[in-house]
Formats: sequence, structure tokens, C-alpha cells
Amino acid sequence: MKRTAAKKDYGQIANKLRMDAIMMIHKAPAAHVASNLSPADIIAVLYEDILNVDPKKPDDPDRDRFLMSKGHATSIIWAVLAHKGFISHERLYGYYKDNGLGGHVTKLNTPGVELSTGSLGHALPFACGVALAGKRAKKNYRVFVMLSDGELDEGSNWEAILFAQHFKLDNLTIIIDYNKIQSLARVEDTINLEPLAKKFEAFNWATKEIDGHNHEEILKTLESVPFQKDRPSCIIAHTVKGKGVKFMEDSVGWHYWNTKDEQIPEIIKELGLKNYKF
Amino acid sequence: MRNGLIKALEEEGAKNKNLWLVVGDLGFSVIEKFEKSYPDQFLNTGPAEQNMTGIAAGLAATGKTVFTYSIANFPIMRCLEQIRNDVCYHNLDVKIVAVGAGFQYGALASSHHGTEDIGVLRTMPNMTIVAPGDRIESELATRALIYRPGPAYLRISTEEAPIHKKIPKFEIGKAITIRLGKDITLISTGSMLKTAVDVAELLKAKKIDAGVISMHTVKPLDEKAILAAAKNTSAIATLEEHQIYGGLGSAVSEVLAEQAPKKVPYFRFGITDSFAKKIGSRDFLRKEFGLDAHSIAARLSSALRRRA
Repeated sequence: MKRTAAKKDYGQIANKLRMDAIMMIHKAPAAHVASNLSPADIIAVLYEDILNVDPKKPDDPDRDRFLMSKGHATSIIWAVLAHKGFISHERLYGYYKDNGLGGHVTKLNTPGVELSTGSLGHALPFACGVALAGKRAKKNYRVFVMLSDGELDEGSNWEAILFAQHFKLDNLTIIIDYNKIQSLARVEDTINLEPLAKKFEAFNWATKEIDGHNHEEILKTLESVPFQKDRPSCIIAHTVKGKGVKFMEDSVGWHYWNTKDEQIPEIIKELGLKNYKF
Repeated sequence: MRNGLIKALEEEGAKNKNLWLVVGDLGFSVIEKFEKSYPDQFLNTGPAEQNMTGIAAGLAATGKTVFTYSIANFPIMRCLEQIRNDVCYHNLDVKIVAVGAGFQYGALASSHHGTEDIGVLRTMPNMTIVAPGDRIESELATRALIYRPGPAYLRISTEEAPIHKKIPKFEIGKAITIRLGKDITLISTGSMLKTAVDVAELLKAKKIDAGVISMHTVKPLDEKAILAAAKNTSAIATLEEHQIYGGLGSAVSEVLAEQAPKKVPYFRFGITDSFAKKIGSRDFLRKEFGLDAHSIAARLSSALRRRA
């Protein structure tokens, strides 16, 4: 999708998505709030100006595909799908509720969702199938997959990482939300991934490292995929878990904890949202 | 049976450009012609079954009918969660083919024995399970599955000798009656069909009139055929090269327990909750578990005589 002339305030859009995600989780009540905040800036840029998707034609065979492999970062997906008009804003009130929206990314009457996830390591193999089908049919659609860092412990991802380079899937891009914290502890103290960029280069992926909260850098990088012809693209996005809410940032605990009522107004203020209403 | 499968895939693949064959680095001397004839419909993922199954789901999500192909447990248990979450939950058109189910790869030992597959996959919503009785059924089943959208499991062996003397009418979910008998109906699935026919002959020599049904589809199960057998014959036996828990025997007993108007003497033949404790050929291992025709006929004739 062509970049719009007027520079958008991605920060404002991302923070609105963050707040919607926080409110969903607050009201549920549910967990994984910090996991939804680290990818918010990337999600905002992707849906605003990169993905060729149309809520009026969610099943268009030529659409770009975005798959959220870290399916526990769900409320940010529901927030952006509502923001773009795939689902109504009212449905966000049903997050985690009976007959409502799933606590993991779930394709159940939810246009815009390509694959139900929640168990880690599933989206990338699936994405390879979609990308290969597109290549062989000479279609122009692109496939983007967002993975978490901890999720790279799943072996199925590495099967797909090997596969994608062999089949020259340059219509496939992965974005790693590298917030350095996994379920129980810091990544480096659990299963160290470093040197991560070198791993992807060694696996023959064209790889770039970016600041996952710098909108200009995110946009420029996503606009330039594929980085090389015949190679899949890997974007290692350095992010901060819980980004945007100081007391949640870079903390293991906010994978699990939930916000108190009195914290909500201060979060709205910290995110710079005027007249915010959920 | 492999030949029946690949013949159907080659013929249908020529007509249907959306029919794909995805192999997990197996199928030597079987898949080559398909690969050469339809390179754009063929894929070898290497022995990476999670990836193979996820890719198949992704391909199916773009409108393809995808057959994944491997042997024994590999395309099932190694990637069970991909089958559940990616294929079955999304109700995608992926057909899983496992060659050499049961004890086919006998002496290759336990890692290559596919003896829990049906039980595991029966619990999966949206899943169709087909275990053809011979090469003819295998070809017919493959064609039928191509025209039946949704997840399926095709369990075949490498035996090619036909049991059917002429081409039977084949429908997924409809058992095929091989012969009628009033004393007992032998219900077999997969390549136990040959054994079932042999058992019927052995019983005939002992004046026991045995019918044989090829229950090629384990899910959805042909309940009518089972209830008809319960009504028209004095006993029922199930024959499967699979653990007795969770497979055909369990499925048939569910129908009999819930729906048969009266109790019918019922015998399950299968692997008795055990791994193979010795190394040996398929025939050797079948004997070890009393799954050869002579052992089955002996157990049935003595049980039926006791009841008489």
C-alpha cells in the first residue's frame, strides 16, 4: 500500500490501541497486558500504511496476510481490527467474556484474522504455505508474521525458517517482537537467543535490526521488504515489554498482573490520550 | 495400497491444479511420477512434520486440496497439535496419508509401528478417518477424499494384492459387505480385511457361518451396518491392527452399547495395550498378539462353541 502523503501521528494511533488493549484486559480481567504493549507501534504502522487489507473484502485472495504468532498478544489485535473496521468497537467490550472475543487470537466470526493462534510456533509454517502458494501462482500478496522472542524456543519455527530460505520466499517477512522477556524470566536467563541477527543471516534470511518503537524506522523498514530478492526478510525489532506505561515496562510480572481501577486515569494521561473513551 | 493412492492422485492431479502432494522426505519409488508431472503441485518439506502440516494448512487456506504423505506415526503424532489447531480447528482441506500403519514396518521396530493413530485422531473434531481394506479400496478412498472437503486421515499399507474381486461401490462412511454370515460378523478395518476373509474361511470349515464387513471408514462410522450385523447375526468381532483402546473396536462397542436393542456377544481383536516386545516381521508380530487368521479363528470358534 502506498504511503499516504500526510505524515501520520503513529504514536497517537499506537497509544490509542495500547489503551484499548489495556482496557479490554482490565475489564476482563485477564493477563498478558505487557505482551500487547511492546508490539503496538509496529502493529499501528503495519495496519495504517503497509498491509494491503480491506475490511470490506477480508477474504480477498490477493490481500496481504498478517499472522500474529504470539497469540497471547490478542487484545492489541482486536484493538487494531476494530480501529480499521474489521470488527465493531462494541465487540471489544466482549473480550474474554461469554460469547465474546477470544483470550487468544481466534478466527471465530472475526474477519481479518488469518489463523487462530495461542500455542506458540504455529503461524510461521502456515505462513510458509500461504507464501509458497502465492509465489507459485505468481500473486503479489505478501505475508507478515509477528513472533515473540521466547517463541523462538519452539522448534517448529526453525523448521519453517529453514524451509522459507530454501524456497526463496521473499514474499514472507517475520517481525520479532524482541522485548527480552519471556514467560518466567528474561530471555537471556532462560534460553539465550544471541547472537540472534547472526542466526537469521546464517539461515540465509535478509535481516535488519530496528528500534521497534521508532515509527519512522518501522515504516521505512517495512516499506523496503523484501530486503533482497529471493530471500525471506527478518526484522528483529528491539522493543520494551509493557512499553508506554512506566510501571509495566521491562517487568516479568506484568505478563500476569492486572491493573487496578485507580491506575487507569494515570495510564490514559501517561499515554497522552485526550478525551479517551473506551 | 500405495499404488492405488498414487494412481488416483496422478489422475486427479492432472485435472485439478489445486490438488497438491506434500511429502515429508518419504515415498521413494512412489511419488516420483507425480513430482515430475506436476512440479507446481508437489512439495518435499524434508522430515519436518510440524512444518509440513502447518504448510499444508497454509496451502489449504489459499484453496488447495493438500495430501501430506509420510509413514507410520510421523505425519500424525509428531505434528498432532498442527493437525488439531491448524487443520481441524480451521476445518481445512488437508488429507494426511500414513503408509505402513499397524505393524507393516515390523522389524524396523516400535518407532515405526503406527498402532495408536486411529484412537488419537478419532478425538479430533472435523476429522474423517479412512483405512482402506485393499488396493482397490485405497484408490476409491483417495478419489472420494479429494471430493470431500475438510480434514481427513488415510491409513494405508504397502500391500497391493486385491481382496475385492470386482470394483465395489465406495462411499466414505458406508461399510462394504464382503460376505454375509448368520453366526458372526467380522468387522475389519484396513489391511486386516484379508485376515477377516481368511478367518471366515477357517470358521466355515468348522461349520460357523461368518460374514465379513470392510469398515474402511472409522469416522464417521457406519452405525447402520453395525446395528444390522447385531440384528442379523449371533455375534460380532472387530479386527484391527491397532491398540484395542480407542480404535475400531472401541468405536463399534460405543454403537453397540448405546444403540443395539439387545446384548450381542462381542469380541475385539487388536493389540492388547502393549508395545511389541520382540523384533520381527508383520506376520510374526500379528501372531504375537493373536492377530493372525488361525489365532482369531481358534479363539472365536471356541468362544462361540462354548456359548452354543
